[in-house]
Amino acid sequence: MDKRSRILLAVASLTLLLMYVFPIWRITLDAPQYPEGLGMYIHINNITGQSKHDLTNINNLNHYIGMKRIEPESIPELKMMPWIVGFVIVLGLAGAASGKKSLLYAWTILFILISIVGLVDFYLWEYDYGHNLDQVHAIIKIPGMNYQPPLIGSKQLLNFVARSWPFVGGWAAFVSMGIGLWVTVSNLRMRKPNQVVV
Amino acid sequence: MTTSFKTNMSLGILALILIGGIGASCTGTDQAGSMSGDAASKVYVPPGSLDEFYAFMSGGFSGQVTVMGLPSGRLLKLVPVFSQNAENGYGYSEETKPMLNTSYGFIPWDDSHHPELSMTDGVPDGRWLFINGNNTPRVARIDLTTFETEEILQIPNSGGNHGSPFITPNSEYLVASTRFSVPIPQQDMSIADYKDNFMGTLSFIRANEPGNMDVAFQILVPGFNYDLAHAGKGPSNGWMFFTSYNTEQANTLLEINASQNDKDFVAAVNWKRAEECVAAGAGRDMAADYYHNYMNEARIAESVQKTSVRVIEPTDCSDMIYYLPTPKSPHGVDVDPTGEYIVAGGKLATVIPVHSFSKMIQAIADKAFETEVEGIPVLKYEAVIAGEVENAGLGPLHTEFDGKGFAYTTAFISSEIVKWEIGTWQVVDRIPTYYSVGHLMIPGGDSQKPWGKYMVALNKITKDRYLPTGPELAHSAQLIDISGDKMKLLLDFPTMGEPHYAQAIPADLIKDKQVKIFAIEENKNPYAIRGEGDTRVEREGNVVHVYLSTIRSHFSPDNIEGFKVGDEVYFHVTNLEQDWDVPHGFAIMGARNSELLVMPGETRTLKWVPQAAGIYPFYCTDFCSALHQEMQGYARVSPRNSTVPLSFHTGE
Repeated sequence: MDKRSRILLAVASLTLLLMYVFPIWRITLDAPQYPEGLGMYIHINNITGQSKHDLTNINNLNHYIGMKRIEPESIPELKMMPWIVGFVIVLGLAGAASGKKSLLYAWTILFILISIVGLVDFYLWEYDYGHNLDQVHAIIKIPGMNYQPPLIGSKQLLNFVARSWPFVGGWAAFVSMGIGLWVTVSNLRMRKPNQVVV
Repeated sequence: MTTSFKTNMSLGILALILIGGIGASCTGTDQAGSMSGDAASKVYVPPGSLDEFYAFMSGGFSGQVTVMGLPSGRLLKLVPVFSQNAENGYGYSEETKPMLNTSYGFIPWDDSHHPELSMTDGVPDGRWLFINGNNTPRVARIDLTTFETEEILQIPNSGGNHGSPFITPNSEYLVASTRFSVPIPQQDMSIADYKDNFMGTLSFIRANEPGNMDVAFQILVPGFNYDLAHAGKGPSNGWMFFTSYNTEQANTLLEINASQNDKDFVAAVNWKRAEECVAAGAGRDMAADYYHNYMNEARIAESVQKTSVRVIEPTDCSDMIYYLPTPKSPHGVDVDPTGEYIVAGGKLATVIPVHSFSKMIQAIADKAFETEVEGIPVLKYEAVIAGEVENAGLGPLHTEFDGKGFAYTTAFISSEIVKWEIGTWQVVDRIPTYYSVGHLMIPGGDSQKPWGKYMVALNKITKDRYLPTGPELAHSAQLIDISGDKMKLLLDFPTMGEPHYAQAIPADLIKDKQVKIFAIEENKNPYAIRGEGDTRVEREGNVVHVYLSTIRSHFSPDNIEGFKVGDEVYFHVTNLEQDWDVPHGFAIMGARNSELLVMPGETRTLKWVPQAAGIYPFYCTDFCSALHQEMQGYARVSPRNSTVPLSFHTGE
């Protein structure tokens, strides 16, 4: 790889460090009687409320519809993500250090695959919580209704507008992937005919 | 009749109609004239917006404090202080009952007159609001992050604590003073022996240590009626001024007998000097019986008996107290923002006398005394007077300041507020009040830096100002714009109780410090529970403790069996919510007290003594959730000798 590509690959990898500092995703809930707002942050290893007691209060409100309590300790993805992201960073830095294009391509492909798997997993998680309701103890039962929040975007759930969007850590991941893709494509374009990828 | 007679008659009738018409339109238009068209926009706080000021109005005979927003006149809250409040269980719950304990026992009411904000550098700082209790002499402290009464101190050797709780510029002391002289110490004697036997006290109470309010010392003074007070500031910081009337020392028909003397006194107390004397051992400890009640760390009121108080007499400490002659039966005493002028409202006087602090100091140095009363030098009137405001209305009472060089004095009898210039003593404007204004309040108006935009007239007579509501009417108040040269009436609104005085502070100073919930992990109530798993019912002989939790929308436990007739049952209700504005209430059939209103994270206890066997429902009284109507429970009371065991559950 040329020097610029190596630097950019390193920058892209280091950008992912932001995922350890800032939340990756944010889901907010707005309702007329909550002018102060309610929300939760999904961090790389935890889920917390936007304000101190939001997660507890969201769980308490969810008991009306029979939704499971969101308990960060029991969500395995939150234990795996720090390692997965760590591996991607290390791989990228190794690629930048060694200058090998194979590592660059591997990094980009892996990153895309991991992101797709992550988003699908997030969707399935939201599906599970929104559909598998405790029908016996639910107080509000609306036939055919589910409370799956949007993967990305906004949706009306009873009196709440649920909005789901990436947060700083998540945007950092997109930026990082963007840089990685750009470096990959420009390196692919630079290939001379019959040159073996080294 | 001749044509000329008819013409004359017609002209005469026409003239009468014209004169009558002009006359009729002359009366009653004052009110319409002083309301300018833009008054509505000045007081309109649109939905979703907040007022500029918090105003704290005393409740007077209600014993409470009401909080209102200015300029809208919105009633924000009733803060119970000296009177029980069944609405939220203040004075009924086990945790709050001790606040109303006194040397006479539990007293469920008092008469609260004057709120006073805590000050730092002579400016309200938004920490606390103090207020006096008149009937059973006391002072109370309200915390301005929770708007709850946190401390009440009874005043010993006192009768009628009216001239209270005026505070020094750094909240070192607030004062109490006796409206009614009594024998000190109390004893049986003929009332006719008032003169020479009944005395007054001026008490200095340490005010800047929350939880430790204490009478630092009391000055024993001649038996006059001590009425109001205000602290010196700036150059006069270190002095406290009290008005007195009834220097005639009458004990009956004061209306006539206390209105005889041409001049009564303003008592000027050099409290820094008094402090020095007391520290050096002057005065003596007198046995006394009074109570100090305060909310402890667990937010439970504790009531502690005190048994002595330090008393100092004028002869024990030279240069401590002086009398300034003041016409005539003075009521309010107010110190201007510069600290130089001491304005007294002589309610039967025809002028407003203004004393000068610097002249007073000079007169003391020159020993310009006209006489002495029981060891207290009386300064010569001409030596201390700075000026007299003439044409100041009939029955001047109280003065506040706008910080722009003007003073505003209420005139009760002529029902107006008079604006005059400090230094020239000239009246520059007057505005009617509706009706018979007592106190007035300018935010910061008694401090070193008034916020001179609004003024509130607190009236004693309402009559036709609002829709009538039977014979007993709410006291009226008017909001007046004082930002310009001329005063303008903006708003007229009713108040709760009888606000004698008020204090106001810009909302920004306290609104972001308001407590929204109590953190459950910081709840130190010994009967608190942290989660539904800890809920239980325990019996200790005839006493049963119910550890009850509330959360939307159920009690835990909500079915309790095994109570017996005559049991002393304590429901310790913990609200497990940690969400803003989700209180829960608790009431049980047959309880002879009130409901509980429990804030998120808080524990409050209600005592219940079931008198007859049966099933007693209980329920949440504050609409908490969509399923509030389902938030209920049952308590089973069995006969005294039954063997029904104690059991409790929620759900299966």
